[in-house]
Amino acid sequence: MSTFLGMPDVGHAPRGVGHLRGEEPFPAAARKALANAQLRRNIGHATSTIRAKRAAVVGEVPDWEELRTAGRDIKNATMHRLDSYLEQLEANIQARGGVVHWARDAIEANEIVTRLVKATGSDEVVKVKSMATQEIGLNEALEAAGITPYETDLAELIVQLGHDLPSHILVPAIHRNRAEIREIFLREMPDADPGLTDEPQVLAMAARKHLREKFLTARVAISGANFAVAETGTLSVVESEGNGRMCLTLPQTLITVMGIEKVVPAWTDLEVFLQLLPRSSTGERMNPYTSMWTGVTPGDGPQEFHLVLLDNGRTATLADPDGREALNCIRCSACLNVCPVYERTGGHAYGSVYPGPIGAVLSPQLTGIEDNASLPYASSLCGACYDVCPVKIDIPTMLVHLRAEHVDARRAEGRPSPEALVMRAAAWTMSNPRRWALAQRLTRLGRLLGRRRDRISQLPPPLSSWTASRDLPRPPEETFSEWWTRTRGSQP
Amino acid sequence: MVDPDQGEPAVTSSRDVVLGRIRAAVGTAPDPGPVRRDYRQGSGALPGSPELLDLFEDRLVDYKASVRRCAADEVTGAVATILAGRFDRPARVVVPADLPGPWAGPAAVVDDGLTPAHLDALDGVVTACAVAIAETGTIVLDGGAGQGRRVITLVPDLHVCVVRADQIVGSVPECVRRLDPERPLTFISGPSATSDIELSRVEGVHGPRTLEVVLVVPR
Amino acid sequence: MRVALFVTCLVDTLFPQVGRATVSLLERLGHEVVVPSGQSCCGQPQINTGYQREALPLIRRHTDVFSAYDAVVAPSGSCVGSIRHQHAMVARRAGDDGLATAAHDVGTRTYELSEFLVDVLGVEDVGASFPHRVTYHPTCHSLRMLRVGDKPLRLLRNVRGLDLVELPAADQCCGFGGTFAVKNADTSTAMLADKMQHVLDTEAEVCTAGDSSCLMQIGGGLSRLRAGTRTLHLAEILASTEPAA
Repeated sequence: MSTFLGMPDVGHAPRGVGHLRGEEPFPAAARKALANAQLRRNIGHATSTIRAKRAAVVGEVPDWEELRTAGRDIKNATMHRLDSYLEQLEANIQARGGVVHWARDAIEANEIVTRLVKATGSDEVVKVKSMATQEIGLNEALEAAGITPYETDLAELIVQLGHDLPSHILVPAIHRNRAEIREIFLREMPDADPGLTDEPQVLAMAARKHLREKFLTARVAISGANFAVAETGTLSVVESEGNGRMCLTLPQTLITVMGIEKVVPAWTDLEVFLQLLPRSSTGERMNPYTSMWTGVTPGDGPQEFHLVLLDNGRTATLADPDGREALNCIRCSACLNVCPVYERTGGHAYGSVYPGPIGAVLSPQLTGIEDNASLPYASSLCGACYDVCPVKIDIPTMLVHLRAEHVDARRAEGRPSPEALVMRAAAWTMSNPRRWALAQRLTRLGRLLGRRRDRISQLPPPLSSWTASRDLPRPPEETFSEWWTRTRGSQP
Repeated sequence: MVDPDQGEPAVTSSRDVVLGRIRAAVGTAPDPGPVRRDYRQGSGALPGSPELLDLFEDRLVDYKASVRRCAADEVTGAVATILAGRFDRPARVVVPADLPGPWAGPAAVVDDGLTPAHLDALDGVVTACAVAIAETGTIVLDGGAGQGRRVITLVPDLHVCVVRADQIVGSVPECVRRLDPERPLTFISGPSATSDIELSRVEGVHGPRTLEVVLVVPR
Repeated sequence: MRVALFVTCLVDTLFPQVGRATVSLLERLGHEVVVPSGQSCCGQPQINTGYQREALPLIRRHTDVFSAYDAVVAPSGSCVGSIRHQHAMVARRAGDDGLATAAHDVGTRTYELSEFLVDVLGVEDVGASFPHRVTYHPTCHSLRMLRVGDKPLRLLRNVRGLDLVELPAADQCCGFGGTFAVKNADTSTAMLADKMQHVLDTEAEVCTAGDSSCLMQIGGGLSRLRAGTRTLHLAEILASTEPAA
């Protein structure tokens, strides 16, 4: 992939590759998800469990707010000089025997990784859970090149064996309960014990047995990264099961695919994020395993290391001063777990590997708003996400901003939607006292409806989507303004 | 700077494209100002102080790791007791070449570049550590004295880790500031675990399913 | 003191009793209430649906109408949240820094009712009497934008005869969300169903809140179920002098 100088360069994630776009708008996808009672039970159970755990371990940290502020400041400072931190990271990794590759988008990243794997002569790879490789559709690209990827994270394994899509950032199989997981294992794992029960412990052991031989013989591993330290060239993977350690330690070759926004300036910045991330994501004081490596260590671990730095819409996101904080996300998924919308629809309705509140602000920016136009509206703006975000991303304000971006883009096309006409008319009416008073008097025509129960139970579209499940009060005989004028004698 | 994916000098490399996009995107945005670091840098307790030992032990037990306290000259006996309690035959354990004492007994296998398959056939591993964090119940290995290659503490199913009291600091920042980032680092907080089934934590997946900590305290 | 009432377009048009209750409550506490003429809507429906340009004249009008008053009170956490946290931002985005400054200024003097009573007037017992079993839904914008905390509960605890029952999962959104309730009606309804279940579990006669919009959602759902539980705005309960049975 190469571009001649002077070529226009937009930089959104390209269409036709990866998993950032859904097949239908959110409301339609949500309707299907809402009809699945089992899904709602599974997700409701899991998110309420994790919410309680998170609240407990966050509550015991006396300086939690100061850590959040530091996390936000570090991320903002990083984005401001992202170019120099990436150059510093690259130089330090190269000095320690690693190779750094740059990918402007998913297509290029997939090409680089495929070429690197082929160069090793291996036709299979073991994979650590990685949002970046899910985002770019790396598994599909590898399979198309005759390379078999083995997902080794338990939830990713459940998704892969179930021929399914991830529905949560941290726990991609959150939409599956233990009984469903047992069925998937029995069906898809040739070595599964037919007497397998649905005890989580037993299921975890089945995964251990299934992957053990793969780990011990794998020659190539592919990982993502949670953090990369510019000043030292150190990369970090935060995990629980030990599958990450297996992939980062046993194979001869390690290929890490990382979004460019994951860099942090200084080694001591990790002392902030290693406190914020585990408590926010799994609700633990610390996750079982965190691995850190700097280039290649002779005699210990992979002796060939490649880092692929991925743009794929991140620079386009960086270009919006009111949207760029979405890049500060450390992928903890706390916002998903508290979101009343996510809790009811699950992750698939968002159509992107990044679901929930953070997905609703990140996915449209990575793809360009026109490809994910319904996502910024997939929120009641309740604000629960902002409260739990470990790096204080103001998601509600960003959602409102992206809605305006979308409306402004439509406006520029010069074809006003019915909604735009209603909004314009309402604003026109309400910005003038006489017009507003007249409109209020007209509202009283609504009194003709709902005479029987003093309630309105049926309205024409689009308000029918209100009255499908709720009544409306019958308009009163007298507005507040009329009462005030009548009783106090002055016109409000 | 050499771009490993570009051969033609006449075209813009992806590196230049991405860096150029970043510079254009940030543009003349105002500097966000200094990072406020008003969080606790230390825990207020000295490394190895009794309250830190108690906190560390409490956190480890919460993760379902076992903790046994002993004096410096009792480590070998403590390790022997742990192994005897887990195996009804002499346990086969691996140790790094530079373990500070005969902790695992004379029969221990000294790692001299064992293959993963060989390690998989052993019962456990006995190592020292670099630093430990009381507040989070974390042990950090850095490949230094008595810790060996990363693979030896990963493949065997039992990890016996000997932690000296003076290696235990209170908080995460105190730990991070003691580490050398150029070394391969592993932070371990309890046995391997997963929350991937219904977000309930289950101990024991791919990493060692059992973590036994021997806490060396002054007499 | 002299208090300017921003009654809000929704209360003015559909829930005038809430505006009347706010007036009677403040007057009972010895304050002069004025209702500045020319007021209409804060523009939140436009802003939250992406129509910031359309909201601009509404913000301009609102700022003009209320800039002369030292204290502005509205019986809506959501509208106050918009005035305080959105007006200046929308004006700045449109490049109108003068309006942004003026709007910010009005925002600092605009209070949600429970904030005004507790923080500004220093009153927790407003002398109300309401002998009923009541549960309180802390609306999202009061809770998380304005951080009113337990102020409404402190006011309710001092109402004679009122039996306050805790609402389970109280901090969960009712699913209203302005145009969200129509654009994502299925999800909104699913959120409402859970909220109604929690309200019904309390066996309260009345569900109260500081926002008529959320109460329109909860009340609309309860009415459709013919559940018998009523919704009343916080102002209506605080204005009540209904004697104990």
